[in-house]
Amino acid sequence: MTQLLSRPAPAVTAAPAAARRARPRRVPTHLALLLVCGLWTVPVLGLLVSSFRPAYDISTTGWWRAGEGTLTTGNYRDVLATGGFGTALANSLLITVPAVAAMVAVGAVAAFALARMPFAGRRAVTVAMVALLALPLQMTLVPVLRLYNAAGLTGTFAGIWLVHLGFGLPFAVYLLRTFFAGLPEELFEAAALDGASTLTAFLRVAVPVSGPAIASVAIFQFIWVWNDLLIALIFLGGDPGVAPLTVAVSNLVSATTGQGWQLLTAAAFVAMAVPMVIFFALQRYFVRGLLAGSGK
Amino acid sequence: MAGRPAGGGAPHRLHRRLLPWLWLAPALAPVGVFLAWPLANTVWLSLRDAGSGAWAGIDNYRYLATSAEVHTALRNNLLWLALLTGGCLAVGLLVAVLTDRVRYEAVAKAAVVLPTAIPFVAGAVIWRFMYQYRPPGLPQTGTLNAVLTAAGAAPVAWLVDTRTNNAALIAVGVWMTAGFATVILSAALKAVPAELHEAARIDGAGPWQAFRHVTLPQLRPAVVVTATLVAVSAFKAFDIVYVMTNGNYRTDVIANLMYRQLFVDQDYGRASAIAVLLTLLAVPVLLVNARATRRVGR
Repeated sequence: MTQLLSRPAPAVTAAPAAARRARPRRVPTHLALLLVCGLWTVPVLGLLVSSFRPAYDISTTGWWRAGEGTLTTGNYRDVLATGGFGTALANSLLITVPAVAAMVAVGAVAAFALARMPFAGRRAVTVAMVALLALPLQMTLVPVLRLYNAAGLTGTFAGIWLVHLGFGLPFAVYLLRTFFAGLPEELFEAAALDGASTLTAFLRVAVPVSGPAIASVAIFQFIWVWNDLLIALIFLGGDPGVAPLTVAVSNLVSATTGQGWQLLTAAAFVAMAVPMVIFFALQRYFVRGLLAGSGK
Repeated sequence: MAGRPAGGGAPHRLHRRLLPWLWLAPALAPVGVFLAWPLANTVWLSLRDAGSGAWAGIDNYRYLATSAEVHTALRNNLLWLALLTGGCLAVGLLVAVLTDRVRYEAVAKAAVVLPTAIPFVAGAVIWRFMYQYRPPGLPQTGTLNAVLTAAGAAPVAWLVDTRTNNAALIAVGVWMTAGFATVILSAALKAVPAELHEAARIDGAGPWQAFRHVTLPQLRPAVVVTATLVAVSAFKAFDIVYVMTNGNYRTDVIANLMYRQLFVDQDYGRASAIAVLLTLLAVPVLLVNARATRRVGR
């Protein structure tokens, strides 16, 4: 964590750790967590078990009775054997990584301006951002598609990056704005006294201490873009050369007969793996006490 | 890029006035093209007839005001608003606060976040099997009814029974969204100086009091943001309803109604009016939001 801080971090870990050990009666905490996590995991467990069962078994007996029937890795084999699975996986990464990186960078810059620079119209821009969050995506598709056809952007990665950027930014800006606005004033006063420019205050003060907030934005934008089917279908068209995983998987299931739906269970776990890796990788930014000692 | 707030001549003042817009431009451009312009287009279409050919005046808005299906959908959306927001905040706060105190924080949070990462079509498959109903006497293949019948109770047709179906759909929403609330609130919690909490404990506050009077006020802005984002997604609730009941049995919601007008009835006028309504519904949420953050924002 410390490599993110531009100034030496005060000793922040020792005190809470000591207090933590002294805290009594942890049993209710563990029980409550066990209950919630258990409730949340049961459907996932059902999905996981079902992904190893043949279609007939899934529809005739409950997943908890899987032991009595046959278990198979057939669903996974079918998903992984899909023509162009590797290409689809690569396409998903090519779509998601640049789109999320751009969203976090552009969003953080705009959020900083809204949170820390006084200017006329600031309130209006903030309110407009949140109002646009409520606009249903379906309504934007037709006008944007017309524009894309005219500009020749359909079926290109650049085109879909821009769509995701436009749709995702209000969320990123709104969330980061709140975090930047909540940062202690003293942090910025100290930077200003040191003669730091606005850019320096942003890069050296606001960004380093906002690790958890920036990580949350990145996690969710990654999940949403990674799992997006609608935008990919509409703006990338049917070209398998650029189709992401979600499109390839949806092609496994026949739209008319619904045949092949059991493959969705296996496909879910294949598709889920990458966002969960990102989630765990970004957990290291969820550290308490980055701000400790900076205030009074 | 020197934005030092020092006094200066006219060029300096101009620079300071332009600087924020320079920082905002990379965000405002795509948002303008992909959201603001389509919104303007939608408002215009909402005043035209079904095929966007002729002026319809306020006909499409009269439909909103008088149609029974719109009223049912609105009522259901209010239910979504209350239960989805309440449920996600409660679970999110609980998990964020409790995991902050244990060693297996990442794993426990992952259990709640996992559903947000499941592609929706696959989530729908499993929830159909959670809620599956078979008449009493037959072996139940749905998880919930299997539990109920094992306990000696009668099975419930969760998605058909109008007493349970809206709650059942919203429960799927909470399952899919609580991870989002958890991560945001957890991020905010990490910014609460630990010393504050410890100081309160040393002063003799119990764990609940320390949470209630020290941690919670610090989390307030994050709670407001989370509530706003979840509330907006409650208005936009679509996938779950579309896949699981398609709005039948009095479970319709505004976004599903709009989808039907758009792709089944191909009435662009009404679909656009519904979209405008959805955007307007966010305004009260915004006002509450603005009030709640006034003390926080500078």
